[in-house]
Amino acid sequence: MLWLLFFLVTAIHADLCRPDAENAFKVRLSIRTALGDKAYAWDANEEYLFKAMVAFSMRKVPNRETTEISHVLLCNVTQRVSFWFVVTDPSRNHTLPAVEVQSAIRMNRNRINNAFFLNDQTLEFLRIPSTLAPPTDPSVPIWIIIFGVIFCIVLVATMLLIISGIRQHRRKNKGPSEMEDSEDKCENVITIENGIPCDPLDMKGGHINDAFVTEDERLTPL
Amino acid sequence: MGNVSTVPKESPLRRVLGSFLVPYIIMLVVEGMPLLYLELAVGQRMRQGSIGAWRTVSPYLSGVGVASVVVSFFLCMYYNVVNAWAFWYLFHSFQDPLPWSVCPLNGNRTGYIEECEKASSTQYFWYRKTLNISPSIQESGAVQWEPALCLILAWLVVYLCILRGTESTGRVVYFTALLPYCVLIIYLVRGLTLHGATNGLAYMFTPKMEQLANPKAWINAATQIFFSLGLGFGSLIAFASYNEPSNNCQKHAIIVSIINSSTSIFASIVTFSIYGFKATFNYESCLNKVILLLTNSFDLEDGFLTANNLEQVKDYLASAYPSKYSEVFPQIKNCSLETELETAVQGTGLAFIVYTEAIKNMEVSQLWSVLYFFMLLLLGIGSMLGNTAAILTPLTDSKVISSYLPKEAISGLVCLANCAIGMLFTMEAGSYWFDIFNDYAATLSLLLIVLAETVAVCYLYGLSRFESDLKAMTGRALNWYWKAMWGGVSPLLIISLFIFYLSDYISTGTLRYQAWDAAQGQLVTKDYPPHALAVIGLLVAASTMCIPLGALGTLITRRLKRGDTAPVA
Repeated sequence: MLWLLFFLVTAIHADLCRPDAENAFKVRLSIRTALGDKAYAWDANEEYLFKAMVAFSMRKVPNRETTEISHVLLCNVTQRVSFWFVVTDPSRNHTLPAVEVQSAIRMNRNRINNAFFLNDQTLEFLRIPSTLAPPTDPSVPIWIIIFGVIFCIVLVATMLLIISGIRQHRRKNKGPSEMEDSEDKCENVITIENGIPCDPLDMKGGHINDAFVTEDERLTPL
Repeated sequence: MGNVSTVPKESPLRRVLGSFLVPYIIMLVVEGMPLLYLELAVGQRMRQGSIGAWRTVSPYLSGVGVASVVVSFFLCMYYNVVNAWAFWYLFHSFQDPLPWSVCPLNGNRTGYIEECEKASSTQYFWYRKTLNISPSIQESGAVQWEPALCLILAWLVVYLCILRGTESTGRVVYFTALLPYCVLIIYLVRGLTLHGATNGLAYMFTPKMEQLANPKAWINAATQIFFSLGLGFGSLIAFASYNEPSNNCQKHAIIVSIINSSTSIFASIVTFSIYGFKATFNYESCLNKVILLLTNSFDLEDGFLTANNLEQVKDYLASAYPSKYSEVFPQIKNCSLETELETAVQGTGLAFIVYTEAIKNMEVSQLWSVLYFFMLLLLGIGSMLGNTAAILTPLTDSKVISSYLPKEAISGLVCLANCAIGMLFTMEAGSYWFDIFNDYAATLSLLLIVLAETVAVCYLYGLSRFESDLKAMTGRALNWYWKAMWGGVSPLLIISLFIFYLSDYISTGTLRYQAWDAAQGQLVTKDYPPHALAVIGLLVAASTMCIPLGALGTLITRRLKRGDTAPVA
């Protein structure tokens, strides 16, 4: 009788967990790809850890806090390493709905990965999409900052060149016009030395310089 | 003015490819050097910009100079967009991870955006983020503000460099021409130490006989020489007109072409080592995908399948599980290193995509990316300076305009006008218009201009007369080699190139372009609509018609003058 019950139970278990069963998920591990030389062998202990992680994930779902390790069934383990698993309810007659298992695994994916030193690509749950890490977007895109810096530098340099160009133009304009003025004076005045017209020196006759006059009077007569 | 050596435009758009070496060297010796010497000699002898120089050679040739200016004008309009894109990539290189190395996530964060999955992340970044490309040339879309900002910055930088005229441009061009060499050397060291670089180099140096027989290779080599030496643009004549009359331009021509071609070969070595790296990386990823597919389908032990035993295991699986194998077989790609190396690089889009793809797989990719796009910018700005000099020289030389406006204002107006027109290329369909300009604005016209130049100097002006001019000017006799080239070989070669181009066009019928299909994630071929064909025709006609129109105009004015003077006399 006991043997019959045992066979019945295993038969039901086998029934619950088989490839493409309802609410069953296939898992695929690529340990050697991930770890290379440090790869560990997949044995019954690793399977126990896996069941524990799944049970742990299910326990986090409200209403499923009583999930035990024995409720998680594994089957069809291949050399790949790949296998199928289901989670049963406490009565062990029905499997938990796929949606619940899916959301539980998605929530705790990171911890399951870390338990096995794997990542989302090397520990695959087929039909359970993983949530990808969002890229960190700064509030102001970095490229605009760099663009602004370079734009301002170029603008300032351009302005400086234009302004210095305008100044050079003005100096050139003033220079020739000054030369022109003094050349005009040259036509009326005969000679220029050091910018002082020599003309008054030549034609200036008969004006008494008071300074000299006073000095003459200071001298005592012989 | 040793600045002539810095005029070469290393156009990154036309990469040396494959077994190019033999046609390239032959074309350089037969076409590049003689034509370069011709243009330098003409400029030095006539001592005027391109329009004035050709008018002096023969009054019927004033159209040649104008055609050069028109081609330079078109080039100015569209070429700065490449610099704008280089700025865009440069600014985005300061992020970790590089934005083109990862696909952005989709709405509910379960996977990547579909367009990015179907194509690759580098293609997605180029077509969607940079260009925001529309599915066809008819749907123009709106002006994208990000590339527009980069274009404004690019024009501002060009204006800054040409602000003070050709003397200051000369100094800037030294800088923009020498610094890329430093970056190239750094890249050479990095490139040669990459895994798989030797594959690329072996591919580059093995000559392929069937490619040599293909006239396309020779045409590409000739166009590459034309572009990189700057023949036919008028900028060489303009620069040479500042030279001393006794300057030994023959030595200059030879030195410049040798420096130019060795730079090209040097750049190709770097390029091919990076291609080799990229091809090897892609080949290995392809193999890994096949291995993963087989491992998953047949539940083989992880790590059992390697690249070495792949073929044997495939045969074994085909015999052991025939039904399952035939299911999986369509998905197994045939990975080949050769096909990866042969993905032809044409057009700016592919040039940006291929390099960014190679860079994202290197360590410290931000540094390499910044270096690469900085070098690209330097080369691009250097090219732009040559082009704008070719336009500005006739404008500043003309008495009418320079009496009203100072040269800063003229340069400013030219830059502003070109920037406004360039906004066309920042629209959603802008990349398609860019390809039109890139393919048709300069290629045919340049051939015709150079042909007209050679024929004019040899037959209209007289080869012996030009030879005696040069001897009087420089004091050296003209070598028989140059005479043979100018008189016979070069014009014949150009005519044959012309015929090849035309026959190629006629045999393919209508003109087609590659449009990006977002749904499929790849390029599809489409026909040009009529208004695009009209623009193409206009581009080619605008520059080539200048030559006959110029001759016609001179003929008419002469007739009129003769008609006026006849009754008086």
